[in-house]
Amino acid sequence: MTNTAIGVKDLRKSFKSTEVLKGVDFAVKRGEIFALLGSNGAGKTTIVNILATLLKPDEGTAEVCGFDVLREPSKVRASISLTGQFAAVDGMLTGRENLILIAKLRDDKKPAETADALLERFGLTGVANRRADTYSGGMARRLDIAMSLVGHAAVIFLDEPTTGLDPEMRLEVWKTVKELSGSGTTILLTTQYLEEAEQLADRIAILHEGKIIATGTLDELKKSFPPIRVEYIEKQPTLEEIFLAIVGKKEIVK
Amino acid sequence: MRHTFVLFGRQMRHILRSPDTIITVAVMPIAMMLMFVYVFGGAVKTSMGDGVNYVNYQLPGILLMGVSSGVSYTAVRLFTDIQKGIFARLRSLPIPRSAPLWSNVLTSLISNAIAVFVLVLVALLLGFRPSGSPLRWLGAAGILALFTLALTWLAIIPGLTAKSVEGSYVFSYPLIFLPFLSSAFVPTETMPTALRIFAENQPMAGIVELLRSLLSGGSVGNEVWIALAWCIGILLVAYLFAMGVYNRRMLK
Repeated sequence: MTNTAIGVKDLRKSFKSTEVLKGVDFAVKRGEIFALLGSNGAGKTTIVNILATLLKPDEGTAEVCGFDVLREPSKVRASISLTGQFAAVDGMLTGRENLILIAKLRDDKKPAETADALLERFGLTGVANRRADTYSGGMARRLDIAMSLVGHAAVIFLDEPTTGLDPEMRLEVWKTVKELSGSGTTILLTTQYLEEAEQLADRIAILHEGKIIATGTLDELKKSFPPIRVEYIEKQPTLEEIFLAIVGKKEIVK
Repeated sequence: MRHTFVLFGRQMRHILRSPDTIITVAVMPIAMMLMFVYVFGGAVKTSMGDGVNYVNYQLPGILLMGVSSGVSYTAVRLFTDIQKGIFARLRSLPIPRSAPLWSNVLTSLISNAIAVFVLVLVALLLGFRPSGSPLRWLGAAGILALFTLALTWLAIIPGLTAKSVEGSYVFSYPLIFLPFLSSAFVPTETMPTALRIFAENQPMAGIVELLRSLLSGGSVGNEVWIALAWCIGILLVAYLFAMGVYNRRMLK
């Protein structure tokens, strides 16, 4: 078994005439939390969808746990868990039923026990039997992430887990993601917030206009940033200063 | 199959928890039935000769209307799941690719069967007196199931492609009104020629005629083949188109 959980090489994808991915390369090690940092529309979700076998790449290769997304999509799906951009919980079902549903779909032998353990772990036991559409944004997101942990997928995709959440809920989700690290699960996180990548990720890749422009740990990225410079800027005199200067000179000349 | 049933269980739970969907599916055709039996029925009967049981006469059309409005919920359910990202989550799970679609088909078949059952019960209260044998009942159930299956696959297409909830179910409106342009509620003899040709040959006309013969014990002839041909034809075209859209749109 290789040490690479996700390998992406020269990935290209266009939608109609818009080129979204223009040759993306990166690799994520097993057990690592890797952040794809990029602004809105940089192509983060496109990469996640290709890795989750929901989209086909135009060119290039993408592998998850050694399985090619095009050649062995069902093996890829057996190794991953996707948490999309919006909390994909079923509002008509209770939190517990949501977890049991995913557990059953993942052929869990004891779906109810799995659900209860996750509810406990995510602090949702108190609201377990309430319909998910009554949950707050943070609670729904926690349930959403809990649903991704059913079945112990080797790789978890968290696509913008805190977008649209207020700062308090954001801290709540960060705490959840931090608790996942060190469990051996590989996490690919996408985010628009530098602070979030800083807080959560072991390594960060910056995606800009369809290409990865920098990859490394936070320290490595900081080192590659331009060093602090002292600049001298020529300051244009104002009309008043010119006037005073001229008047002053004349007085001196006098 | 197991995964399809798990998803089916989820959707049936939805239906049971949102009584409004049950009410709209059952109440609209019931209201129509009351109107036809008590408002129009008397007048229509005068042109139909004695001995015609009008409740018997109009029931097939009402059943088709019920199914047509019932399948629109398949489109709405699919659209909502796609919009909320639930569909993406399901498709990223290690389950068969088509399970999320087949679970919708199964849900539609069962929920429409329940609606049809309720409609038949109400019709019995209003004076529906079937004279078919059990075999004919089975035949009627079979053709209704085939009709539901065909329209459900048709509903999957807007469910997958719609840009708004309204856009996902609007296809059902013409279907709901199509029985009016047939012999479902009134004899076609008095219609203008062009309309009459349409009313006697459109897909629902054949199905209405077949259901009427099956339920009321009339002789069953050619209409079996006409009805079957329409149902299977629509089913095949809709299924292939829906799967094409599914594979193309969902895996661009």
